[in-house]
Amino acid sequence: MPSFLSRRGVGAALAAGLVALCPLRLSADSEAPLIAAASDLQFAVTEVAEAFTAETGQAVRLSFGSTGNFARQIREGAPFEVFMAADEAFIADLHADGFTEGAGDLYALGRIAIVTPEGAALTPDANLDALEAMLAAGEITRFAIANPEHAPYGMRAREALISRGLWDDLQPVMVLGENVSQAAQFALSGNAAGGIIAYSLALAPEVAARGTHALIPEDWHEPLRQRMVLLNGAGPGAEAFYAYIQTPEARAIMARHGFSLPGDE
Amino acid sequence: MDWTALWLSLRLAGWTVVFLLPVAVIAGRALAYRRFPAKGLVEALVMLPLVLPPTVFGFYLLVAFGGNSPVGDLWQRLFGHQLVFSFEGLVMASVIFNLPFAIQPAQRGFEAVPVEVREAAATCGMSPARSLWRVELPLAWPGVMTAMVLTFAHTLGEFGIVLMVGGSIPGETRTIAIAIYDRVQAFDMQGAATMSAVLVGISLVTIALTYWLSARVGRRLS
Repeated sequence: MPSFLSRRGVGAALAAGLVALCPLRLSADSEAPLIAAASDLQFAVTEVAEAFTAETGQAVRLSFGSTGNFARQIREGAPFEVFMAADEAFIADLHADGFTEGAGDLYALGRIAIVTPEGAALTPDANLDALEAMLAAGEITRFAIANPEHAPYGMRAREALISRGLWDDLQPVMVLGENVSQAAQFALSGNAAGGIIAYSLALAPEVAARGTHALIPEDWHEPLRQRMVLLNGAGPGAEAFYAYIQTPEARAIMARHGFSLPGDE
Repeated sequence: MDWTALWLSLRLAGWTVVFLLPVAVIAGRALAYRRFPAKGLVEALVMLPLVLPPTVFGFYLLVAFGGNSPVGDLWQRLFGHQLVFSFEGLVMASVIFNLPFAIQPAQRGFEAVPVEVREAAATCGMSPARSLWRVELPLAWPGVMTAMVLTFAHTLGEFGIVLMVGGSIPGETRTIAIAIYDRVQAFDMQGAATMSAVLVGISLVTIALTYWLSARVGRRLS
């Protein structure tokens, strides 16, 4: 045995080897259906999933992100089984291109809200008057929305700001979150005057503890018609979860998180 | 604390080391001893991942290994699932992205082996393989060891590429770095703080271990 292979060297190599030689695929956990959910569902769908698991004993794996990014990843072959989008246009495109089982179902109608961090000079009002006044006075340092290139909540925030006539003036101070959760993070970090985020996020205790919000009039932007769909190759676990979202129990959770529900409005 | 994510990161780092160890020894040795045309270009290529943003790299990986590419298509037919957004895809990305961290220190290690010693080994009638195992590796070992530990630690910290080709799938591609990012977005600062502290601890121990090991090896050899 070569002298450089001391006992310790062998030990370290063995440790690295043991870690590595575990099977490439983790089998036990990969049984749980994989759900891609828009970021505005961060708290609502986490709660729905907990209720689902409590009732059926079936775990689910949740991944949150921007709807546009998920749509791209699904086209590139990401193994998601259920896609809960923040905007139905993305579902329609995926359906047209053959990535889904059926056209899916409308599961919620979203709203947007202006939020400001605790102790900020800006007080949120539905008409955005305070924002306009502070903007004119040059007192807005940063204002956060989700990236309107691929995040539906960013698109609606942009439409609302355009219809209110504030979009151009906000450009120099605008910061864009990769998705609406990150926009909320930016808006409430204390480094920004505020932002426009999903009402469902503004209502969540974790977020509400850090700031105040006001609901923005829904006729300022296109409706956020949130549609979900079963993707090709979805297993029975995914189908059960998909069905569960449409039960009264799940709908009650969604309503509590500030969503309007299809069939109720 | 997301133990699944931590375990996933450790497995990713372990596999990356397993695949890169032979590459580091063979490529590091060749670059240290041989002179060949375009050697500068090869060395530059090895170092490229060090300066390229992970997004550029992630973009090319998506194009090269995605579902519509020949490689992605072949993988799909062989294994029944996609290469991108899978653990295997992450391992492949990680191996390529860690080339400079594996090859550079190994190359420096082999360069430190005096040419007289290698010539002496050859004069004694040792075959190249025997010379590598009995003479060169024992001398170049600190470099190779450093290469492997750097690769391991760097893989734990990988973020940009995993974000681009991973998709944050729990138990599959949600590494500890991605899990921390997700926790911050979910306003779970406590969870993010715990995981960050664990990662700082593991990384520090890993790197301290290299210094300690290479100091010991250096002492014994001298």
